[in-house]
Amino acid sequence: MGKIIHGKVVINGQAQGAALVSSEPLSFWGGYDWKTGEIIDRRHPLSGSIAAGRILVVPFTRGSSTTTAVLLEAIRAGTAPAAILTTEADFFFALASVVADELYAKPLPLVALAAADFASLRTGDQVTIADDGLVTVYQ
Amino acid sequence: MPPTLSSRDRAMLDGEHGPAVKMAMSILVRMAEVAGASELLDITGAHIDSTVYIGDAGLEFAERLASLGAKVVVPTTLNVSGLDEHNWREWAVPPDWAYKAHRQMAAYQSMGTIPTWTCAPYQTEMRPSFGQQIAWGESNAIVFANSVIGARTERYPDLFDICCAITGRAPATGLHLTENRGGQLLLRLVDVPLALQESDEFYPVLGHFVGKTARDRIPVIDRLTAKPTEDQLKAFGAASASSGAVALFHLVGVTPEAPTLEAAFQGNAPTETIEVKMDALRQARKELTHADHEQLDMVVLGSPHFSLAEFKRLAPLVAGKRAHPKVKFLVTSSRAMTLLAKQAGLLEPLQAFGCQLTVDTCILTTPMLPPEIKFLMTNSAKFAYYTPGLLNRQITFGSLADCVRSAIEGRILRDETLWA
Repeated sequence: MGKIIHGKVVINGQAQGAALVSSEPLSFWGGYDWKTGEIIDRRHPLSGSIAAGRILVVPFTRGSSTTTAVLLEAIRAGTAPAAILTTEADFFFALASVVADELYAKPLPLVALAAADFASLRTGDQVTIADDGLVTVYQ
Repeated sequence: MPPTLSSRDRAMLDGEHGPAVKMAMSILVRMAEVAGASELLDITGAHIDSTVYIGDAGLEFAERLASLGAKVVVPTTLNVSGLDEHNWREWAVPPDWAYKAHRQMAAYQSMGTIPTWTCAPYQTEMRPSFGQQIAWGESNAIVFANSVIGARTERYPDLFDICCAITGRAPATGLHLTENRGGQLLLRLVDVPLALQESDEFYPVLGHFVGKTARDRIPVIDRLTAKPTEDQLKAFGAASASSGAVALFHLVGVTPEAPTLEAAFQGNAPTETIEVKMDALRQARKELTHADHEQLDMVVLGSPHFSLAEFKRLAPLVAGKRAHPKVKFLVTSSRAMTLLAKQAGLLEPLQAFGCQLTVDTCILTTPMLPPEIKFLMTNSAKFAYYTPGLLNRQITFGSLADCVRSAIEGRILRDETLWA
């Protein structure tokens, strides 16, 4: 059985996939190629990884105001992560999800985790996110 | 918990002010709940970063609002767009990009906004005032408005700024409220020579260090003995908002909410104190360069957009000289600032040097660079930070004087004296 984590629902939804984890915050503008889903911030530990369809685990967004617009493009193009887990409710990610819901009825599930739960996740873990913010991790 | 709405908020949400206001208020209310705001507050100005063209989704959002008849209800400036509207054909911008970026410009202009097309709106007539409640996008503009002016905005993303401008409201939370504006992290300069502190090159480097150290905390910088200029503070803020999520900083004795160390922390103790020494600054300067040799194809200046004072500094450095024929030399600025520089006679020496000007946008927000341009140099930490990822090109960071000297010599040269 997997380990169960109770997160705080930021934007409700279901998702599953392999985790892609970093404790470094990420700007999507200059950091995420929405045409391919690749992380392109050459100073970021996840540089070169493909985040499309995965459960992206980063603490929060840094940098550019345009992060939201880039994530919205990725959701529309089908190159976004399946869900994003953070440490706090991240306003920039949440807005992209709310606008994607408004324009395309495609909200992106977002869950905020307690610091210790966040730190327990590893790249490659299989993660399932249920409607109520219940996160199941298979390590 | 959803926020408590005023009767006017409720009417906007219910569609009584039209469909565009309803859409904007619906997004605003959902996001106010994410932000944990218990209510909304009035704003009296906005700056729209959503003008940056990224792709079809952002364009569809803008055109949806415009087609629903959206109009802003507070004075609203526009950030850079995806296009130098009148000069894009001089560069490698694909016509399809130009067509769509131009549609996005038209959509936001149709909403009754002021077409400033600049990432430095705080250096226009629309500069906000101390204590003014505003909703601004654009990370460098946010940090400048909060820190240097003492206006109040949260760190707002694209697409949200316009919802605030259309409704005149913002979530009553975060940096809008006095109690959230106190410092958290203390950064104390130790043994940083005054000559370095007085150089332009110091501020982007310090900003880069502060951003990556502070992450999302409010940094307070103490023991600065120089008195920085407005453009040095602009460079500092832009750097800290690129390497970190800094939306407000306090410089003790310099910025308006930090007349003393105690005031900067609102009487509270710092959560952490870090000494900033030359070793850390040298390392930060090194990180801003992402290149492995001295080849140079292009110098890029103007992120954030060049001010009149920056044109005044550059003009005598290039007067009577010429850039190497193989090196392009570009300054990005706003239309208004470029016109002022022209009227002041500052553009003639630049043009004689071989300098080109781009307005409305910058190298990061429009695909203007031809493929043969591979090696860049800049005095901007923001250009230095984002160029490798966004443009897939190498970039070297240096002072303004280094950039000019390198452009003349045709290869990268940096003066190391101040960093020794």
